[in-house]
Amino acid sequence: MAKVPVQFTLNGAEKAEFIDSGTTLLHALRDKIGDTSPKGGCHQGTCGACSVIIDGELRLSCLTLAETCNGATITTTSGLSEGGVLHPLQRAFLDAFATQCGFCTPGMIMAAKVLLDHTPNPSREDVVEALSGNICRCTGYEPIIQAVLTAARSNSQHAA
Amino acid sequence: MALALQTFSTVKDANAALKAAGTRYLGGGTLVVRAANEGDVSVSSLIRSTEPVLSAITVSGSEVHIGASVTMAAIARHPDLAALSGAARAVGGPAIRNMATVGGNLFAPAPYGDFTVALLALDASVSTDGGDLPIETFLAKRESHHAIVTAVGFSLPVDGGFRFLKVSRVKPKGVSVLSIAAVLEQAPDGTVSSARIALGCMADRSMRAKAAEKALLGRKLTSDGIAPALAAASDGTSPVTDPIASAWYRNEVLSVHLGRLLLG
Ligand SMILES: Cc1cc2nc3c(=O)[nH]c(=O)nc-3n(C[C@H](O)[C@H](O)[C@H](O)COP(=O)(O)OP(=O)(O)OC[C@H]3O[C@@H](n4cnc5c(N)ncnc54)[C@H](O)[C@@H]3O)c2cc1C
Ligand code: FES
Ligand code: FES
Repeated sequence: MAKVPVQFTLNGAEKAEFIDSGTTLLHALRDKIGDTSPKGGCHQGTCGACSVIIDGELRLSCLTLAETCNGATITTTSGLSEGGVLHPLQRAFLDAFATQCGFCTPGMIMAAKVLLDHTPNPSREDVVEALSGNICRCTGYEPIIQAVLTAARSNSQHAA
Repeated sequence: MALALQTFSTVKDANAALKAAGTRYLGGGTLVVRAANEGDVSVSSLIRSTEPVLSAITVSGSEVHIGASVTMAAIARHPDLAALSGAARAVGGPAIRNMATVGGNLFAPAPYGDFTVALLALDASVSTDGGDLPIETFLAKRESHHAIVTAVGFSLPVDGGFRFLKVSRVKPKGVSVLSIAAVLEQAPDGTVSSARIALGCMADRSMRAKAAEKALLGRKLTSDGIAPALAAASDGTSPVTDPIASAWYRNEVLSVHLGRLLLG
């Protein structure tokens, strides 16, 4: 099958690739571009491990065709740290033991980042709602919720 | 089998492309791409249109038009559609809502299609390039419609006239045990003068609870007043059995939840 061009901005860098038409964004990111931070858990939209941020909105990369992202700005968890310094969400997940096997973590962090971008001081209920499409099979949700609340507090202290 | 995507700037050209065998329209992809990931090889080519009208929401007075590509998230945050935000928020988690379209929801089989339940109670019309159809007619024959749905249109009920409830086991985003939407009008004495009640998961697609609607007319929204409607709630239902609930269970609990919606 003829390859089709896709071009988008990934974590601030321009990316252009030729892919098979119908390739999912998850596949393009992991297997063509080499960004393995989005994880393929279910490929059915149910686990949230493949979550990425496309033009400011949380999306599931397993159900998004890469060609529909032409011209888009995409953020993945691998783009969050700056100069070797972890993003406050990454730091909080580590400090709060919110990551055990780590498979769900990049998706959780993407969902949490979109929340904090729009709601810098979320309630616990806001966090639960924001993470409701993400499944964790080992840590348990409480440390994850606490990590997001901690990151929000450290962000607001930082901003003050 | 590999999947190809074809994008057209007009609905007309996309409709022409959809005539080819093995093609399917792509909305947000939450069902159709999932099916491909699961190994559905019946579709070899996905077609989409980027015509701007598909993504538009227009509200003029009480008349609402929602383009078929509008997502649940866009409806949930629209200031003039606050009455419908509960129904839009009932669909999936945040990422699904950013992708799931109104057009796709019309085709979603039970236990999905929660927003369509709301549209059915609102007696929406479903538009294609070939004209408009009442939603009930559209749903009855949805497998035989091959034209792209471009929009849905309806009148917003007066404040408080629209009610919606979704019952799920997992909060806040579980799949439906059932969902119910109702548009009720009451006479000055409080009796019901008109009722449209739509049910989700009580058949393979959204359906009207016509016997319950009839039994509500002229009645007050009190426990006694709604009793005949609750007794008739499961008339004509044939619910799905799936991992969420059995058909028997759905029928057993329908009247309890309809009662809560009507008295709430
Ligand atoms: C994890 C998960 C959770 C979900 N939870 C819910 C839920 O709680 N409630 C619920 O209602 N649904 C739920 N869904 C199902 C689904 O996301 C929604 O029903 C959604 O609205 C489908 O829309 P879509 O745009 O993604 O459809 P698509 O997958 O793009 O399309 C679905 C079908 O509709 C056809 N179609 C789409 N748009 C048009 C159009 N404009 N004209 C003609 N045909 C069209 C397609 O060809 C295809 O056959 C869930 C799905 C997943 C994966
Ligand atoms: S891999 Fe995308 S939701 Fe599970
Ligand atoms: S840390 Fe293992 S799935 Fe969440």
